[in-house]
Amino acid sequence: MTVARPLIVIVGLALLWQAIAWLADLPPYILPGPIRVLEAYGAHGLRMLGHAGITLIEMVLGLLIGALLGASLALTLAYFRPVRPWLLPILVASQAVPVFALAPILVLWFGYGIASKVVMASLVIFFPVAAATFDGLRRTDIGWLDLAETMGASRWRRLRHVQIPAALPAFASGLRVAAAVAPIGAVVGEWVGSSAGLGYLMLQANGRMQIDVMFAALLMLAVIGVALYFAVDFGLKRAVPWLGEARAPNGGPTT
Amino acid sequence: MSVTTAPRGAPPSIEIDHARLRYGGREIFAGLSLTVEAGRWTCLLGPSGVGKSTLLRMVAGLERPEPPGHVRAGDGKPLAGRIAYMAQQDLLLPWLSVLDNVTLGATLRGRRPDAERARILLAHVGLAAREADPPSTLSGGMRQRVALARTLAEERPVVLMDEPFSALDAVTRLGLQSLAASLLADCTVVLVTHDPLEAVRLGQRVFIMAGRPAQLIEASLPNSPIPRNAADPAVLDSQATLLHQLLEIGGAESTLE
Repeated sequence: MTVARPLIVIVGLALLWQAIAWLADLPPYILPGPIRVLEAYGAHGLRMLGHAGITLIEMVLGLLIGALLGASLALTLAYFRPVRPWLLPILVASQAVPVFALAPILVLWFGYGIASKVVMASLVIFFPVAAATFDGLRRTDIGWLDLAETMGASRWRRLRHVQIPAALPAFASGLRVAAAVAPIGAVVGEWVGSSAGLGYLMLQANGRMQIDVMFAALLMLAVIGVALYFAVDFGLKRAVPWLGEARAPNGGPTT
Repeated sequence: MSVTTAPRGAPPSIEIDHARLRYGGREIFAGLSLTVEAGRWTCLLGPSGVGKSTLLRMVAGLERPEPPGHVRAGDGKPLAGRIAYMAQQDLLLPWLSVLDNVTLGATLRGRRPDAERARILLAHVGLAAREADPPSTLSGGMRQRVALARTLAEERPVVLMDEPFSALDAVTRLGLQSLAASLLADCTVVLVTHDPLEAVRLGQRVFIMAGRPAQLIEASLPNSPIPRNAADPAVLDSQATLLHQLLEIGGAESTLE
């Protein structure tokens, strides 16, 4: 049933889509039916895969760099208390600037290639990771901190052996959100100025009224986004097996 | 058994002098003084919210006593570094194996963990076969036994316990009380509890902490070595007396308020 349900949903939505396209009698350059879109994969599939690969690379690199920067900032904020009042307002204010507005400047600085898109994606990913990780580092169970204190732990060892592992589930939820928003950064970057990627492909297709290609690229982007999310989720569950139980360190009766 | 679990250094007595705690503008206790005898089990018994955990945390160095109150060891040396603390929660780290949880103290102090000793301690608490398992696979009683092994691994002459067995079922609790009594026989132990039977089984001195501001009243105990048999009529008699005293105090408080 777990496999069948999404299949039924997908087929059902495709049928609905086809029905709307027929019944409304819309021309294919306004709303192409699913069959037209499948045909577009047949005609442009290989070229599309190449562009999808570029977008995927941008998203993965952005995820890596953004997560690394976000986690580093969270650690800095947690360990060096005096920098908090300086850095926290900057962190919050930085989120008031929409990434969409920054895109043209980033393309200007980092060029039409992959770099500007990786920077864009990193910026989008950075904040949820930093915020979630910082939260996790601040909310270590008081009992664990007391235990570390009576055991004579230094601040650094307490951070390394207690607070960081305890914050990993929070980091993981930040990373999951980041994986879900990663496509935004990459595609917005491609729209503003690029020579490759699914965003570029969609812009080109739009200009040539190849709406079926646009839909095909859009669907592909959605599939990549979902795949990225589940890959991250799967990896996190393997790497952090105590996910979900770190919040309840009480050793009360287990059954 | 005592060869491997004996703490380093002779257990000191502990002097609590004029300890004071205010919470939300109200005085929970003030001018509270108590001498905890060296190498013996002292139980603090009392209702929830009376401040007994806070008193224990003051001894542990987790709360600073308000001046002029102070807590010091009877031998004049500092208490810090000679205390092991065991809470109601087992506080096992879910990302570490049972063995690594036992050696946590050494890890946190940047020393090389003594795995051999940790294995011996785990054998003492009956968990030798589980050293590689994550804590999530253990029952509540097993987890608290790992916490006991971790406390022993600290090799501290003073052990402070804050209701360490209260989350366990009655039978498991009795077993762990006996185990703790035999393994911590050479230590100065302060045990905070709200269970009169636990106090009577383990206490070589038992103080009831009650009232507002709280006072300490010493309770009389059977003249037998610990852990006392829970089925011994003298133990049950003492338990009944303690329970009666607690009820009386509770009644007096509710008529006051």
